[in-house]
Amino acid sequence: MSIRHVLLGLLAERPKHGYELKKEHDHHLPGARPLAYGQVYATLQRLERDGFAEVAEIAQGGGPERTAYAITGEGRAELERWLAEVEEPAPYVASPLFSRVVVATVTGGAADGYLLRQRAAHLARMRELTAEKRSGSPARVLAADYALQHLDADLRWIETAMERLADLRGEIDA
Amino acid sequence: MLEARALRKTFGRTTALDGVSLEIGEGEIVAITGPSGSGKSTALHCLAGVIRPESGEVRLDGRRVDTLGEDARTRLRRENFGIVFQFGQLVPELSAVENVALPLLFNRHGRQESSRAARSWLERLDVAGCADLRPGELSGGQLQRVAVARALAVGPRVIFADEPTGALDSLAGEQVMDALVGTARESRTALVVVTHDNRVAAYADREIVLRDGAVAGTSTAGASTAGASVAGPSAADGEVTA
Repeated sequence: MSIRHVLLGLLAERPKHGYELKKEHDHHLPGARPLAYGQVYATLQRLERDGFAEVAEIAQGGGPERTAYAITGEGRAELERWLAEVEEPAPYVASPLFSRVVVATVTGGAADGYLLRQRAAHLARMRELTAEKRSGSPARVLAADYALQHLDADLRWIETAMERLADLRGEIDA
Repeated sequence: MLEARALRKTFGRTTALDGVSLEIGEGEIVAITGPSGSGKSTALHCLAGVIRPESGEVRLDGRRVDTLGEDARTRLRRENFGIVFQFGQLVPELSAVENVALPLLFNRHGRQESSRAARSWLERLDVAGCADLRPGELSGGQLQRVAVARALAVGPRVIFADEPTGALDSLAGEQVMDALVGTARESRTALVVVTHDNRVAAYADREIVLRDGAVAGTSTAGASTAGASVAGPSAADGEVTA
Protein backbone atom coordinates (compact mmCIF):
# COMPACT_ATOMS: atom_id res chain seq x y z
CA MET A 1 0.00 0.00 0.00
CA SER A 2 1.23 3.50 -0.73
CA ILE A 3 1.64 5.16 2.66
CA ARG A 4 3.11 8.23 0.91
CA HIS A 5 -0.13 8.84 -0.93
CA VAL A 6 -2.36 8.16 2.04
CA LEU A 7 -0.40 10.72 4.07
CA LEU A 8 -0.53 13.20 1.19
CA GLY A 9 -4.29 12.69 1.09
CA LEU A 10 -4.59 13.42 4.79
CA LEU A 11 -2.43 16.54 4.40
CA ALA A 12 -4.65 17.80 1.57
CA GLU A 13 -7.21 18.86 4.17
CA ARG A 14 -4.85 21.12 6.19
CA PRO A 15 -1.31 21.07 7.62
CA LYS A 16 -0.81 18.34 10.25
CA HIS A 17 1.99 16.98 12.40
CA GLY A 18 3.16 13.39 12.53
CA TYR A 19 1.20 12.31 15.58
CA GLU A 20 -2.04 13.61 14.09
CA LEU A 21 -1.33 11.84 10.79
CA LYS A 22 -0.76 8.52 12.53
CA LYS A 23 -4.01 8.84 14.48
CA GLU A 24 -6.04 9.79 11.42
CA HIS A 25 -4.50 7.02 9.33
CA ASP A 26 -5.42 4.37 11.90
CA HIS A 27 -8.91 5.83 12.27
CA HIS A 28 -9.76 6.05 8.56
CA LEU A 29 -8.14 2.73 7.60
CA PRO A 30 -9.18 0.51 10.51
CA GLY A 31 -8.36 -2.81 8.81
CA ALA A 32 -4.87 -1.73 7.76
CA ARG A 33 -1.74 -2.39 9.76
CA PRO A 34 -1.37 0.53 12.24
CA LEU A 35 1.41 2.94 11.24
CA ALA A 36 4.57 3.14 13.34
CA TYR A 37 5.64 6.68 14.26
CA GLY A 38 9.05 6.07 12.73
CA GLN A 39 7.40 5.22 9.44
CA VAL A 40 5.32 8.43 9.52
CA TYR A 41 8.34 10.65 10.12
CA ALA A 42 10.49 8.86 7.55
CA THR A 43 7.70 9.17 4.97
CA LEU A 44 7.19 12.88 5.74
CA GLN A 45 10.91 13.52 5.23
CA ARG A 46 10.81 11.73 1.89
CA LEU A 47 7.74 13.74 0.83
CA GLU A 48 9.61 16.92 1.77
CA ARG A 49 12.73 15.82 -0.14
CA ASP A 50 10.62 15.15 -3.24
CA GLY A 51 8.90 18.54 -3.00
CA PHE A 52 5.44 17.10 -2.24
CA ALA A 53 5.26 18.49 1.31
CA GLU A 54 6.93 21.30 3.23
CA VAL A 55 7.36 22.32 6.84
CA ALA A 56 4.49 24.62 7.78
CA GLU A 57 5.22 25.28 11.42
CA ILE A 58 7.47 24.14 14.23
CA ALA A 59 5.67 24.41 17.55
CA GLN A 60 7.83 24.52 20.65
CA GLY A 61 5.70 24.30 23.74
CA GLY A 62 6.63 22.67 27.01
CA GLY A 63 6.86 19.22 25.40
CA PRO A 64 8.89 17.94 22.49
CA GLU A 65 9.12 20.05 19.36
CA ARG A 66 6.36 19.30 16.84
CA THR A 67 6.69 19.89 13.12
CA ALA A 68 3.54 20.41 11.10
CA TYR A 69 3.74 19.61 7.38
CA ALA A 70 1.67 21.07 4.52
CA ILE A 71 1.06 19.67 1.06
CA THR A 72 2.64 21.63 -1.85
CA GLY A 73 1.18 22.30 -5.31
CA GLU A 74 3.37 19.53 -6.66
CA GLY A 75 2.09 17.30 -3.88
CA ARG A 76 -1.50 17.93 -4.92
CA ALA A 77 -0.67 17.11 -8.52
CA GLU A 78 1.02 13.87 -7.40
CA LEU A 79 -2.01 12.97 -5.25
CA GLU A 80 -4.41 13.52 -8.14
CA ARG A 81 -2.22 11.46 -10.46
CA TRP A 82 -2.24 8.58 -7.93
CA LEU A 83 -6.00 8.75 -7.35
CA ALA A 84 -6.66 8.53 -11.10
CA GLU A 85 -4.22 5.64 -11.62
CA VAL A 86 -5.52 2.09 -12.01
CA GLU A 87 -3.87 -0.52 -9.81
CA GLU A 88 -2.10 -3.03 -12.06
CA PRO A 89 -3.43 -6.57 -11.42
CA ALA A 90 -0.57 -8.57 -9.90
CA PRO A 91 1.49 -10.26 -12.66
CA TYR A 92 2.86 -13.06 -10.44
CA VAL A 93 1.30 -15.52 -8.03
CA ALA A 94 3.26 -14.93 -4.86
CA SER A 95 1.04 -16.76 -2.41
CA PRO A 96 2.74 -18.91 0.23
CA LEU A 97 -0.33 -21.19 0.01
CA PHE A 98 0.41 -22.01 -3.62
CA SER A 99 4.15 -22.51 -2.99
CA ARG A 100 3.51 -24.84 -0.07
CA VAL A 101 1.15 -27.06 -2.07
CA VAL A 102 3.63 -27.41 -4.94
CA VAL A 103 6.68 -27.93 -2.74
CA ALA A 104 4.84 -30.49 -0.59
CA THR A 105 3.90 -32.43 -3.72
CA VAL A 106 7.39 -32.18 -5.28
CA THR A 107 9.01 -33.50 -2.11
CA GLY A 108 6.60 -36.42 -2.07
CA GLY A 109 4.52 -35.16 0.82
CA ALA A 110 0.75 -34.87 0.96
CA ALA A 111 -0.73 -31.42 0.60
CA ASP A 112 -4.28 -32.54 1.55
CA GLY A 113 -3.71 -32.30 5.29
CA TYR A 114 -2.08 -28.92 4.91
CA LEU A 115 -4.95 -27.62 2.78
CA LEU A 116 -7.54 -28.74 5.34
CA ARG A 117 -5.62 -27.05 8.16
CA GLN A 118 -5.18 -23.88 6.14
CA ARG A 119 -8.90 -23.96 5.36
CA ALA A 120 -9.69 -24.14 9.06
CA ALA A 121 -7.35 -21.22 9.83
CA HIS A 122 -8.85 -19.06 7.09
CA LEU A 123 -12.38 -19.84 8.22
CA ALA A 124 -11.47 -19.06 11.84
CA ARG A 125 -10.28 -15.60 10.74
CA MET A 126 -13.47 -15.18 8.69
CA ARG A 127 -15.51 -15.93 11.82
CA GLU A 128 -13.67 -13.19 13.72
CA LEU A 129 -14.19 -10.70 10.91
CA THR A 130 -17.89 -11.63 10.59
CA ALA A 131 -18.32 -11.00 14.32
CA GLU A 132 -16.45 -7.67 14.09
CA LYS A 133 -18.82 -6.47 11.39
CA ARG A 134 -21.77 -6.61 13.77
CA SER A 135 -20.62 -3.63 15.79
CA GLY A 136 -18.15 -1.94 13.46
CA SER A 137 -18.05 1.56 11.97
CA PRO A 138 -18.75 1.80 8.21
CA ALA A 139 -15.00 1.99 7.52
CA ARG A 140 -14.37 -1.12 9.62
CA VAL A 141 -17.21 -3.00 7.89
CA LEU A 142 -15.72 -2.06 4.52
CA ALA A 143 -12.27 -3.22 5.64
CA ALA A 144 -13.76 -6.48 6.98
CA ASP A 145 -15.61 -7.02 3.67
CA TYR A 146 -12.34 -6.62 1.81
CA ALA A 147 -10.51 -9.09 4.03
CA LEU A 148 -13.45 -11.55 4.06
CA GLN A 149 -13.72 -11.63 0.29
CA HIS A 150 -9.98 -12.18 -0.16
CA LEU A 151 -10.01 -14.98 2.40
CA ASP A 152 -13.03 -16.42 0.61
CA ALA A 153 -11.11 -16.33 -2.69
CA ASP A 154 -8.24 -18.23 -1.03
CA LEU A 155 -10.73 -20.76 0.35
CA ARG A 156 -12.27 -21.35 -3.05
CA TRP A 157 -8.76 -21.82 -4.45
CA ILE A 158 -8.05 -24.32 -1.64
CA GLU A 159 -11.19 -26.28 -2.58
CA THR A 160 -10.20 -26.39 -6.26
CA ALA A 161 -6.62 -27.29 -5.33
CA MET A 162 -7.87 -30.30 -3.36
CA GLU A 163 -9.67 -31.51 -6.46
CA ARG A 164 -6.58 -31.01 -8.61
CA LEU A 165 -3.95 -32.54 -6.32
CA ALA A 166 -4.04 -35.89 -8.14
CA ASP A 167 -3.34 -34.14 -11.48
CA LEU A 168 -0.45 -32.23 -9.96
CA ARG A 169 1.03 -35.40 -8.49
CA GLY A 170 0.65 -37.17 -11.85
CA GLU A 171 2.53 -34.41 -13.66
CA ILE A 172 5.35 -34.34 -11.13
CA ASP A 173 5.74 -38.12 -11.18
CA ALA A 174 5.80 -38.26 -14.99
CA MET B 1 -29.23 -32.76 21.64
CA LEU B 2 -29.48 -33.86 17.98
CA GLU B 3 -27.25 -36.72 16.99
CA ALA B 4 -26.64 -38.75 13.84
CA ARG B 5 -24.69 -41.99 13.81
CA ALA B 6 -23.27 -43.78 10.77
CA LEU B 7 -25.87 -42.49 8.33
CA ARG B 8 -26.00 -44.22 4.94
CA LYS B 9 -28.24 -43.20 2.09
CA THR B 10 -28.14 -44.04 -1.60
CA PHE B 11 -30.12 -42.74 -4.54
CA GLY B 12 -30.03 -45.42 -7.22
CA ARG B 13 -26.35 -46.20 -7.72
CA THR B 14 -25.19 -42.97 -6.13
CA THR B 15 -24.08 -43.11 -2.52
CA ALA B 16 -25.09 -39.78 -0.98
CA LEU B 17 -24.13 -40.57 2.62
CA ASP B 18 -21.48 -43.11 3.45
CA GLY B 19 -21.33 -43.29 7.23
CA VAL B 20 -21.90 -39.73 8.44
CA SER B 21 -21.82 -39.18 12.22
CA LEU B 22 -22.28 -35.78 13.80
CA GLU B 23 -23.80 -34.04 16.78
CA ILE B 24 -25.51 -30.68 17.23
CA GLY B 25 -25.53 -29.12 20.69
CA GLU B 26 -28.26 -27.03 22.35
CA GLY B 27 -28.31 -23.55 20.75
CA GLU B 28 -25.27 -24.34 18.63
CA ILE B 29 -24.76 -22.79 15.19
CA VAL B 30 -23.22 -25.28 12.79
CA ALA B 31 -22.38 -25.02 9.10
CA ILE B 32 -22.29 -28.14 6.94
CA THR B 33 -20.11 -27.44 3.92
CA GLY B 34 -18.56 -29.42 1.08
CA PRO B 35 -18.47 -29.55 -2.71
CA SER B 36 -21.57 -30.28 -4.81
CA GLY B 37 -22.59 -33.88 -4.39
CA SER B 38 -20.79 -34.30 -1.06
CA GLY B 39 -24.08 -35.21 0.64
CA LYS B 40 -24.69 -32.05 2.64
CA SER B 41 -28.36 -31.55 1.71
CA THR B 42 -29.09 -35.26 2.19
CA ALA B 43 -27.49 -35.11 5.63
CA LEU B 44 -29.66 -32.10 6.51
CA HIS B 45 -32.83 -33.86 5.30
CA CYS B 46 -32.00 -36.96 7.38
CA LEU B 47 -31.33 -34.84 10.47
CA ALA B 48 -34.59 -32.95 9.98
CA GLY B 49 -36.56 -36.17 9.55
CA VAL B 50 -37.60 -35.26 6.02
CA ILE B 51 -36.09 -38.47 4.63
CA ARG B 52 -35.02 -41.69 6.32
CA PRO B 53 -31.49 -43.05 6.05
CA GLU B 54 -31.09 -46.70 4.93
CA SER B 55 -28.99 -47.40 7.97
CA GLY B 56 -27.67 -45.47 10.93
CA GLU B 57 -29.57 -43.54 13.56
CA VAL B 58 -30.86 -40.03 14.18
CA ARG B 59 -31.73 -39.12 17.76
CA LEU B 60 -33.30 -36.00 19.27
CA ASP B 61 -32.68 -35.87 23.03
CA GLY B 62 -31.78 -39.55 22.87
CA ARG B 63 -35.04 -40.51 21.17
CA ARG B 64 -34.90 -42.23 17.77
CA VAL B 65 -36.29 -40.06 14.97
CA ASP B 66 -35.49 -42.15 11.90
CA THR B 67 -37.58 -45.15 12.94
CA LEU B 68 -40.76 -43.12 13.46
CA GLY B 69 -43.60 -43.50 10.96
CA GLU B 70 -44.52 -40.75 8.54
CA ASP B 71 -47.18 -39.13 10.77
CA ALA B 72 -45.07 -39.19 13.90
CA ARG B 73 -42.12 -37.66 12.04
CA THR B 74 -44.33 -34.93 10.60
CA ARG B 75 -45.57 -34.09 14.10
CA LEU B 76 -42.04 -34.12 15.50
CA ARG B 77 -40.85 -31.81 12.70
CA ARG B 78 -43.71 -29.37 13.24
CA GLU B 79 -43.09 -29.09 16.95
CA ASN B 80 -39.30 -29.12 17.07
CA PHE B 81 -37.87 -28.04 13.76
CA GLY B 82 -38.02 -25.02 11.48
CA ILE B 83 -36.81 -25.31 7.90
CA VAL B 84 -35.61 -22.57 5.55
CA PHE B 85 -34.99 -23.48 1.92
CA GLN B 86 -33.00 -21.73 -0.78
CA PHE B 87 -36.13 -20.31 -2.41
CA GLY B 88 -38.32 -19.40 0.57
CA GLN B 89 -41.01 -21.86 -0.51
CA LEU B 90 -43.81 -19.77 0.87
CA VAL B 91 -47.40 -20.46 -0.15
CA PRO B 92 -47.94 -18.04 -3.05
CA GLU B 93 -51.68 -17.51 -2.44
CA LEU B 94 -51.16 -16.39 1.17
CA SER B 95 -49.84 -13.08 2.50
CA ALA B 96 -46.55 -12.97 4.43
CA VAL B 97 -48.31 -12.88 7.79
CA GLU B 98 -50.57 -15.81 6.82
CA ASN B 99 -47.53 -17.80 5.74
CA VAL B 100 -45.82 -17.22 9.08
CA ALA B 101 -49.02 -18.04 10.99
CA LEU B 102 -49.52 -21.31 9.08
CA PRO B 103 -47.27 -23.58 11.19
CA LEU B 104 -48.85 -22.15 14.35
CA LEU B 105 -52.32 -23.04 13.06
CA PHE B 106 -51.04 -26.55 12.24
CA ASN B 107 -49.86 -26.78 15.83
CA ARG B 108 -53.44 -25.93 16.94
CA HIS B 109 -52.95 -22.36 18.08
CA GLY B 110 -55.95 -20.03 17.69
CA ARG B 111 -56.28 -17.89 14.60
CA GLN B 112 -55.91 -14.52 16.33
CA GLU B 113 -53.07 -15.64 18.54
CA SER B 114 -51.23 -17.11 15.52
CA SER B 115 -51.68 -13.95 13.51
CA ARG B 116 -50.47 -11.76 16.36
CA ALA B 117 -47.39 -13.91 16.90
CA ALA B 118 -46.70 -13.94 13.17
CA ARG B 119 -46.77 -10.14 13.01
CA SER B 120 -44.36 -9.81 15.90
CA TRP B 121 -41.94 -12.24 14.20
CA LEU B 122 -42.11 -10.22 11.00
CA GLU B 123 -41.35 -7.11 13.03
CA ARG B 124 -38.38 -8.79 14.66
CA LEU B 125 -37.00 -9.69 11.24
CA ASP B 126 -37.51 -6.15 9.98
CA VAL B 127 -40.16 -7.07 7.39
CA ALA B 128 -43.27 -5.84 9.24
CA GLY B 129 -44.04 -3.63 6.23
CA CYS B 130 -44.48 -6.74 4.07
CA ALA B 131 -47.03 -8.41 6.35
CA ASP B 132 -49.99 -8.11 4.00
CA LEU B 133 -48.10 -8.63 0.74
CA ARG B 134 -48.01 -11.93 -1.12
CA PRO B 135 -44.71 -13.70 -1.89
CA GLY B 136 -44.86 -12.55 -5.52
CA GLU B 137 -44.67 -8.93 -4.35
CA LEU B 138 -41.55 -9.41 -2.21
CA SER B 139 -37.84 -9.14 -3.05
CA GLY B 140 -35.62 -12.20 -2.63
CA GLY B 141 -34.20 -10.90 0.63
CA GLN B 142 -37.66 -10.09 2.04
CA LEU B 143 -38.94 -13.55 1.02
CA GLN B 144 -36.10 -15.22 2.92
CA ARG B 145 -36.68 -13.11 6.01
CA VAL B 146 -40.37 -14.08 5.94
CA ALA B 147 -39.27 -17.73 5.58
CA VAL B 148 -36.98 -17.28 8.61
CA ALA B 149 -39.89 -15.79 10.57
CA ARG B 150 -42.02 -18.81 9.62
CA ALA B 151 -39.28 -21.21 10.73
CA LEU B 152 -38.89 -19.43 14.08
CA ALA B 153 -42.58 -18.91 14.81
CA VAL B 154 -43.18 -22.34 16.35
CA GLY B 155 -40.30 -21.83 18.79
CA PRO B 156 -38.30 -24.76 17.37
CA ARG B 157 -35.33 -26.48 19.01
CA VAL B 158 -33.46 -26.51 15.71
CA ILE B 159 -33.64 -24.50 12.51
CA PHE B 160 -32.38 -26.20 9.36
CA ALA B 161 -31.41 -23.91 6.51
CA ASP B 162 -30.47 -25.29 3.10
CA GLU B 163 -28.46 -22.70 1.12
CA PRO B 164 -30.60 -19.89 2.60
CA THR B 165 -28.70 -17.18 0.70
CA GLY B 166 -28.11 -19.18 -2.49
CA ALA B 167 -30.50 -17.08 -4.55
CA LEU B 168 -29.47 -13.69 -3.15
CA ASP B 169 -26.78 -11.12 -3.93
CA SER B 170 -24.14 -10.61 -1.30
CA LEU B 171 -25.68 -7.70 0.60
CA ALA B 172 -29.18 -9.23 0.71
CA GLY B 173 -27.58 -12.54 1.73
CA GLU B 174 -25.72 -10.80 4.54
CA GLN B 175 -28.96 -9.24 5.84
CA VAL B 176 -30.69 -12.63 5.84
CA MET B 177 -27.77 -14.28 7.66
CA ASP B 178 -27.59 -11.43 10.20
CA ALA B 179 -31.32 -11.88 10.85
CA LEU B 180 -31.20 -15.67 10.94
CA VAL B 181 -28.15 -15.95 13.18
CA GLY B 182 -29.15 -13.01 15.36
CA THR B 183 -32.62 -14.37 16.15
CA ALA B 184 -31.33 -17.95 16.56
CA ARG B 185 -28.81 -16.73 19.15
CA GLU B 186 -31.37 -14.56 20.97
CA SER B 187 -33.87 -17.39 21.21
CA ARG B 188 -31.14 -20.01 21.87
CA THR B 189 -32.31 -22.07 18.94
CA ALA B 190 -29.76 -24.37 17.33
CA LEU B 191 -29.10 -23.65 13.66
CA VAL B 192 -27.79 -26.08 11.07
CA VAL B 193 -27.00 -24.36 7.81
CA VAL B 194 -25.96 -26.17 4.66
CA THR B 195 -23.91 -23.95 2.39
CA HIS B 196 -21.17 -23.89 -0.18
CA ASP B 197 -20.56 -20.19 0.60
CA ASN B 198 -17.66 -19.70 3.02
CA ARG B 199 -18.97 -16.30 4.02
CA VAL B 200 -22.15 -17.98 5.26
CA ALA B 201 -20.12 -20.71 6.99
CA ALA B 202 -18.19 -17.97 8.83
CA TYR B 203 -21.35 -17.15 10.82
CA ALA B 204 -21.28 -20.57 12.47
CA ASP B 205 -19.57 -21.65 15.70
CA ARG B 206 -18.48 -24.84 14.03
CA GLU B 207 -18.02 -26.16 10.52
CA ILE B 208 -18.49 -29.76 9.45
CA VAL B 209 -16.90 -30.48 6.07
CA LEU B 210 -18.39 -33.34 4.03
CA ARG B 211 -16.59 -34.99 1.13
CA ASP B 212 -17.96 -37.96 -0.81
CA GLY B 213 -20.67 -38.59 1.76
CA ALA B 214 -18.40 -38.65 4.80
CA VAL B 215 -17.13 -36.13 7.35
CA ALA B 216 -13.73 -34.89 6.15
CA GLY B 217 -13.06 -32.57 9.07
CA THR B 218 -14.59 -30.15 11.52
CA SER B 219 -13.35 -26.83 12.77
CA THR B 220 -14.38 -24.46 15.54
CA ALA B 221 -13.30 -20.94 16.38
CA GLY B 222 -10.11 -22.14 18.06
CA ALA B 223 -9.30 -25.58 16.73
CA SER B 224 -9.41 -27.97 13.82
CA THR B 225 -9.44 -31.76 13.77
CA ALA B 226 -7.24 -31.73 10.72
CA GLY B 227 -4.08 -30.78 12.62
CA ALA B 228 -1.83 -28.21 14.22
CA SER B 229 0.51 -25.82 12.45
CA VAL B 230 -0.72 -23.46 9.77
CA ALA B 231 0.62 -20.43 7.98
CA GLY B 232 -0.97 -17.10 8.86
CA PRO B 233 -3.81 -16.42 6.42
CA SER B 234 -2.29 -14.27 3.70
CA ALA B 235 -5.16 -11.86 3.34
CA ALA B 236 -6.07 -11.81 7.01
CA ASP B 237 -4.91 -8.28 7.77
CA GLY B 238 -6.52 -6.89 4.68
CA GLU B 239 -3.36 -6.91 2.58
CA VAL B 240 -2.78 -8.94 -0.52
CA THR B 241 0.62 -10.49 -0.88
CA ALA B 242 1.47 -10.00 -4.50
